[in-house]
Amino acid sequence: MERNIAHIALFAAMIAALGLVPPITLAFGVPITAQSLGVMLAGAVLGSRRGFAAVALFVLLVALGLPLLSGGRGGLNLFNSSTAGFLVGYPVAALVTGLFVENVRLHQPGLTAALGAVLGGILVLYPLGAIGMAIHMQISFAEALMLLGVFLPGDLLKAGIAGMLVQALAKVRPETLAWHRSPAGATNPRL
Amino acid sequence: MISLTSPVKTRAHGWPAGLKLGALCVASTALFMTGNVVVHLAALLAVAVLYTIPGPVFMRAGLRSLRAVLPIIVILLVWHGVTGDPGLGIRITLRTVTLVALANLVTMTTPLEDMIDLIHWLTTPLRRLGVPTHLLETAIPLVIRFTPVLVERAQTLAQAWRARAVRRPGWRLILPLMLQALDDADHVGEALRARGGPLGPHQQE
Repeated sequence: MERNIAHIALFAAMIAALGLVPPITLAFGVPITAQSLGVMLAGAVLGSRRGFAAVALFVLLVALGLPLLSGGRGGLNLFNSSTAGFLVGYPVAALVTGLFVENVRLHQPGLTAALGAVLGGILVLYPLGAIGMAIHMQISFAEALMLLGVFLPGDLLKAGIAGMLVQALAKVRPETLAWHRSPAGATNPRL
Repeated sequence: MISLTSPVKTRAHGWPAGLKLGALCVASTALFMTGNVVVHLAALLAVAVLYTIPGPVFMRAGLRSLRAVLPIIVILLVWHGVTGDPGLGIRITLRTVTLVALANLVTMTTPLEDMIDLIHWLTTPLRRLGVPTHLLETAIPLVIRFTPVLVERAQTLAQAWRARAVRRPGWRLILPLMLQALDDADHVGEALRARGGPLGPHQQE
């Protein structure tokens, strides 16, 4: 229990720290940052429940007015603009990524994590973000999705990076990935 | 840690956070309901007046937080201009600026402690249902404490990288950062346990 709280809180802090990588803001005000990589990692590393909690905690603190979002942004104003859908969608994305890695068994944990990140961080997050944009910008849902296409290459890249990071994590710190059971003969004979 | 609250104290700082949030919700909903451009213009003017009342320092700080909305305005005007309804674009732009500015006012005039109290109050029904919302009171300070620590770690890692390599540090720094965060989490977990676990539902009162 204490460990879970600590992991959730520290991961939320890590997502905030990743926002420090300077964002590239695109024309319509939704910046590309390493922060969404943190969201993918939360689901892929902590699993569905703790990943959801970590990202929800992060979003809650942004709403409370801490400048934790990339570029030092934060506050309720973000929930009243076209980014709202993404902020609400982040915890859901982590949840779905977590559910995927917990339920789909592939040989390589990194591949599982990358696919989970694509599912949660793109296939689930984009429609949620587009709903927010459609409501606030009064454009159609399809138009909003089209605008989001600009992010697709960046987010696919991030999903790939998340996969590589999880693959490395499975090697150096396998006990962290609760969902990842090493294949038969888990004990390494060389150790 | 730096927060987004106003550098100067205003009268609104003393108002209950719940009231401010409630007013924000009502105003936002009302602006979404009406399509009358005169109402939107009046609302924007009213918000602008609210920004000027506490003085120039407050207004500058407020406008700084509002810069993020500029790209959205550009795309709104261009998009609706191209698709053939510039009037709609102007109306939505007015509304967006007003909504963002209003929400920003609430953030600027509400200290973090008030917000946390508000969360405590808002989660009362969940608590009644048995959701352990008191864990938030342990988790929130942990995040606030560890964010600057991890930022500093990331900077140290980047520095070490630059000392060794010509290329700019990139995503490769995330693995050591994550490993350190996970180690920290284990230590914090042990420390919490050694101190009798997270704050219980009764201790925080």
